[in-house]
Amino acid sequence: MEFFVISLLNGISYGLLLFLLSSGLTLIFSMMGVLNFAHASFYMLGAYFAYAIAARIGFWPALVLAPLLLVAVGALVERFGLRTVHKYGHVAELLFTFGLAYLIEEAVKLAWGLSTVPYHIPPELDGPLFHVFASPFPKYRAFMMLVSVSMLAAIYLVLTRTRIGLVIQAALTHPQMVEALGHNVQRVFMLVFAGGAALAGLAGVIGGNAFVTAPSMAASVGTIVFVVVVLGGMGSLGGAFIASLLIGLLQTFAVAIDASPADLLGAFGLHVTSATPLSSVWNLTLSQMAPVLPYLLMVAMLIVRPRGLMGTREG
Amino acid sequence: MKTAMHRLYEPAAAPGRPRLPGRRFAHCAVWGLVALAMLLLPLCFPGGFAIALLSQMGIMIVFALSYNMLLGQCGMLSFGHAVYSGLGAFVAAHVLNRIGAGELWLPVSLLPLAGGLGGALFGVLFGYVTTRKSGTTFAMITLGIGEMVYSSSLMFPGFFGGEGGISTDRVVGNAVLGVTYGPGRQVYYLIAAWCLLSMIAMYAWTQTPLGRIANAVRDNPERTEFIGYDTQRVRYLVMILSAFFAGISGGLSAINFEIVTAENVGAVHSGGVLLATFIGGSGFFFGPVIGAVLYVLFAVALSSLTHAWLLYLGLFFVLMVMFVPGGVASLVMKQAPLAAERKLGRMLPSYAAALGAGLVLLAALILTVELTYKLQIDNDSGTIVALAGLGLDAASFKSWAGAAALWLAGALGWRAALGRVHRAWDEVQAEMTGGRT
Repeated sequence: MEFFVISLLNGISYGLLLFLLSSGLTLIFSMMGVLNFAHASFYMLGAYFAYAIAARIGFWPALVLAPLLLVAVGALVERFGLRTVHKYGHVAELLFTFGLAYLIEEAVKLAWGLSTVPYHIPPELDGPLFHVFASPFPKYRAFMMLVSVSMLAAIYLVLTRTRIGLVIQAALTHPQMVEALGHNVQRVFMLVFAGGAALAGLAGVIGGNAFVTAPSMAASVGTIVFVVVVLGGMGSLGGAFIASLLIGLLQTFAVAIDASPADLLGAFGLHVTSATPLSSVWNLTLSQMAPVLPYLLMVAMLIVRPRGLMGTREG
Repeated sequence: MKTAMHRLYEPAAAPGRPRLPGRRFAHCAVWGLVALAMLLLPLCFPGGFAIALLSQMGIMIVFALSYNMLLGQCGMLSFGHAVYSGLGAFVAAHVLNRIGAGELWLPVSLLPLAGGLGGALFGVLFGYVTTRKSGTTFAMITLGIGEMVYSSSLMFPGFFGGEGGISTDRVVGNAVLGVTYGPGRQVYYLIAAWCLLSMIAMYAWTQTPLGRIANAVRDNPERTEFIGYDTQRVRYLVMILSAFFAGISGGLSAINFEIVTAENVGAVHSGGVLLATFIGGSGFFFGPVIGAVLYVLFAVALSSLTHAWLLYLGLFFVLMVMFVPGGVASLVMKQAPLAAERKLGRMLPSYAAALGAGLVLLAALILTVELTYKLQIDNDSGTIVALAGLGLDAASFKSWAGAAALWLAGALGWRAALGRVHRAWDEVQAEMTGGRT
């Protein structure tokens, strides 16, 4: 029970962080048709910017300033990069962001070095918030959940209740009509891209010190975020939300469970020995398989339901 | 998306031209020249480093061409192609170890075939899942599959050899005609032979009905379905074939390096082949060959000179995507009509000016990056950067001012040169079309 509650809370906080990342990616994808490979790089930039700012003027200003910097970065990338390659089609846009991911990683290495930087949780958020039986639940995890949830609520309100949100929603499906009504769709695109980058940056600010801030952090998170987007269905925010939580919970629980299919068979009186065919597969524990599980889930999903959880049917 | 794909990926070969005997002779002559170049290159550059470089180029050429079967011929952008070459390499390494232990009999010369079959087997397996989708979703799924194979490499130490990988020894069995594959040169010739064979096979494939229908699937999948072809099936078949050739390159790399690690199936490798293919030009059959040569030069030669090689490569790639989406091959092919009309000489002065300005910009970039690198990462041994025989102090104002001056001069020169190229190009084009109409 104790293990279950703590894992559940940790899984949810990780899943919410994933959603903070994948929501920006999904919005950009459904709006511009661009799969932004550099999205996880924005996450990394957010963490590094926050580290640099926090070292000078503290964590709280960094929480606001780093995402704002990412807005600028995102706007510049959209204006001077994506818009240039847009005329060559989606593949070129995809490749551009792919190359950009390389560049950002190398630039980060140039600016902050090859190894992990000491980006720490601020002291006022350090320590346990409450105990579940004997296990502590850290304050910072709760803070992450709070930031993610309030940010998501804010996005939801902006998208559904404000004028600019309605224009964005309209531009998602009918860009030409919106343009004909006199809105600058190009600028809306730029805004969405910058906003998505800021969301990723915010995820970096709160995720960088909870996990690790190193040049490899973009690559490690990047593919998981893509899995989330495929699982949830391309371009579906609701699907991305469910998939994020699912992946978050799956990874948290799987790491902690030390059982293998062989143990399960053992419960039914079937014993796996080294003579059994594929014995190395049967003896894998769930915790050993944890890094592969999201990808297996994705493959299974593609076989059973190729459009993802809540995606629309295509072609 | 479809219309855009047209512009990016022109058909790889001009279709439907009558097969004149002269054309066949030209083909034979081209392949003969390639074979001759492969034969003579190690004689021109006999050093050990050069041979190693040439061997890696041969491996990369096969790999990049197999990748272009997907990207250039069938319009499938894969981010996990290293899976097939890497798993092919693992299969080849295991087979080689079995041969060494005397459990199997196979000449080492035929080992790449084992790698190819291994690659194709995994192509059958993973391709079934990945090719159910096309376009962007396909790209993401391949990324996921690549990551899945990479992260499962630690789970199956029996096959992947854990952290250390599988090492092997290519000198096994009796020497056939004195060939033991001990010396690097013999390995190079083995690689060159397989490279040539694979190139011819892959070129021949583009001329087959499957190759042609693959082009149709790339250009307009909907119409292809209407004329009665199952696009998913075509993609699947192309994927298996491509995985086969990727596996051959994997087998060659297993022979060349005598070690296969999890890195061989990793994302860096997958990204590398994408970069190489795109830089070379995916729209032309020989594009990936250029790209592979350039990539190996970047990855092997440049990485021994500077730690920031990936930055240069990434920048090169991004600039190519932004301004020359057809790759180096398209730049070369644009000059072909000019050369045919003997007007290329008119363009040369402006090209030379652009090249000069480009070199100044490149110098500025290199200076900036290396100075930054010295200050930020490699400052244990002082702040002196040795560049082109000059010792520059990264901490002094003078070096940075020099870099800034180079940037300014380069940028101004580049603008002027680009204008000149455009003017000369327009003039020549006007003359050429004006002469005909």
